[in-house]
Amino acid sequence: MASTDTGRQGRPALWFLAPFLVLYVLFIVGPAIYGLVMSFFHTSMVSTGLGEFAGLSNYAEALSSADFWSALWHTVWFTILTTPPLIALALLFALLAERTTRGRWFFRLAFFLPYVLPSAVVALIWIWMYTPELGLLSRAVSAIGLGEPNWLGDPDFAMVSLAITTVWWTLGFNFVLYLAGLAEIPRELHEASAIDGAGPWQQIRLVTVPLLSRTTSLVVVLQVIASLKVFDQMYVMTQGGPNFATRSALQYVFDVGFTDFRSGYAAAASTLFFVVVLAVSAVWLVMTRRQEPEL
Amino acid sequence: MNASVDRRTRLFNRTCVGVLIAFAILWLVPLAWAVDTALKPNSETTNPTWAIDNPTLASFGALLAQGDILNWYAASFITSALACAGTVVTASLAAYALSRLRFRFRWLAFWFILVGIMIPSQVLVVPRFRELGAVNLLNTYWAVILPQIPIAIAVFVFKQFFDGIPKDLDEAARIDGAGFLRTYAQIVMPLARPAVSAVAIFAFVWTWNDLLWPLLALSNPEIMTIPVGLATVQGTYGIRYADTMASAVLGALPLVMVFLLFQRRIVEGIAGTGLKG
Repeated sequence: MASTDTGRQGRPALWFLAPFLVLYVLFIVGPAIYGLVMSFFHTSMVSTGLGEFAGLSNYAEALSSADFWSALWHTVWFTILTTPPLIALALLFALLAERTTRGRWFFRLAFFLPYVLPSAVVALIWIWMYTPELGLLSRAVSAIGLGEPNWLGDPDFAMVSLAITTVWWTLGFNFVLYLAGLAEIPRELHEASAIDGAGPWQQIRLVTVPLLSRTTSLVVVLQVIASLKVFDQMYVMTQGGPNFATRSALQYVFDVGFTDFRSGYAAAASTLFFVVVLAVSAVWLVMTRRQEPEL
Repeated sequence: MNASVDRRTRLFNRTCVGVLIAFAILWLVPLAWAVDTALKPNSETTNPTWAIDNPTLASFGALLAQGDILNWYAASFITSALACAGTVVTASLAAYALSRLRFRFRWLAFWFILVGIMIPSQVLVVPRFRELGAVNLLNTYWAVILPQIPIAIAVFVFKQFFDGIPKDLDEAARIDGAGFLRTYAQIVMPLARPAVSAVAIFAFVWTWNDLLWPLLALSNPEIMTIPVGLATVQGTYGIRYADTMASAVLGALPLVMVFLLFQRRIVEGIAGTGLKG
């Protein structure tokens, strides 16, 4: 029965899979392989064909390039600046939202609406917020008596400003994941701990947060990967400046590939970046595997 | 004692809600300020007040009259709608095969598509650019639409949902003589509406908001999508802050509407189907 089924369903299966697989091969797998091949050649944007064989020289050049490392460091620095607040605040807001049943829609609106906006819109709004002297945030900081930082113009501060914007923009996603995690915690656990005399604060610390550890591990890995992929905010708000202080890893690829026309080298830089993202996912997989039996 | 615990809990809950409302308002301030600025005349945007002395739609009028933004709307709608339809159809068909049909290379197809979840599309821009350049598709809508269609995770969202639909239903239809395509279209898909709407909304929003790839693929201002157009003109308004904010508000408007219409589905899509699967 099973074998005749296999015979009869093979052809329809092919037809069902074909539309997706064709596009998938053409636009995901194909370019991935092509990019990998290209990274071993001196391929140029302005000529056809792969160009001269380069061996590992593109990789050697990227790994010894100060610009590549500093772009990678900016991306890591951005990830360090954004990940802790994006997780802590999302958790805090979700825990606070748990305490009420009314007005959920309002909190979802406030925290999640920014997340669906295009990066360019977010960038325009925040460039205006950060405009020296005139911007709302600039005025607010001066009003409470602090010296106004040169938000986007100071090479040491620009990344912090980009991080603030990003926290505002993408917090809603983590907030929603935490709300879903909270909804899965059985009510009886809270009731039981209340009968045992635990106050609300103890409940949160000893019951709720530990039970959210799976959600937290998911939120952390998704956040780290999303932060590593940063491109839009820098590209629109600072163009990687001032003085390349906010150029991200992806913008480095963009610059060498599409401004310097060095496709092969850009492909090698992309591949190195991909390895970093893959390593983060792998670490997460190993760590959650180890966690699983306890839960 | 119980009463005092209750009162303490209630006080605690009230404080929590108060703090959260304060944060929520803080989160809405940038959006409100953008709208507020857009409704001022350009010359009054340097006033630090929320009150608008001479409210005007002049900035919106000027932008719409100038016309680029209408082209961008058209480009964004066309590319997002077609990419979204393409994703829903191709991913659900593939998921149906993985969920319902028995064939020799099923596990291979499964893993082959699973690999795609790991590849961030951003690392593919250089080879894609050459690929689409070679077939002269750059600077067409197709350059934006086609690469956005194969979203590997959408296949798994559908597969997971299809796996939860009792097989008796489509087997009954099969006994009545319905082919696989009819079973898919008339039995499985109508039952999978939550998955369809989650995938559709996300595919639409992702295509609409994508910047890096369309920025490379579209250099002709007449067919730029909204994010590319806004990123390109960013800075050219100079100190005409009201015009800048009006363009941001116009760029945000369609997605604000999508959000208001579908907010429950979007939130459920994130929480339930898409990412935890």
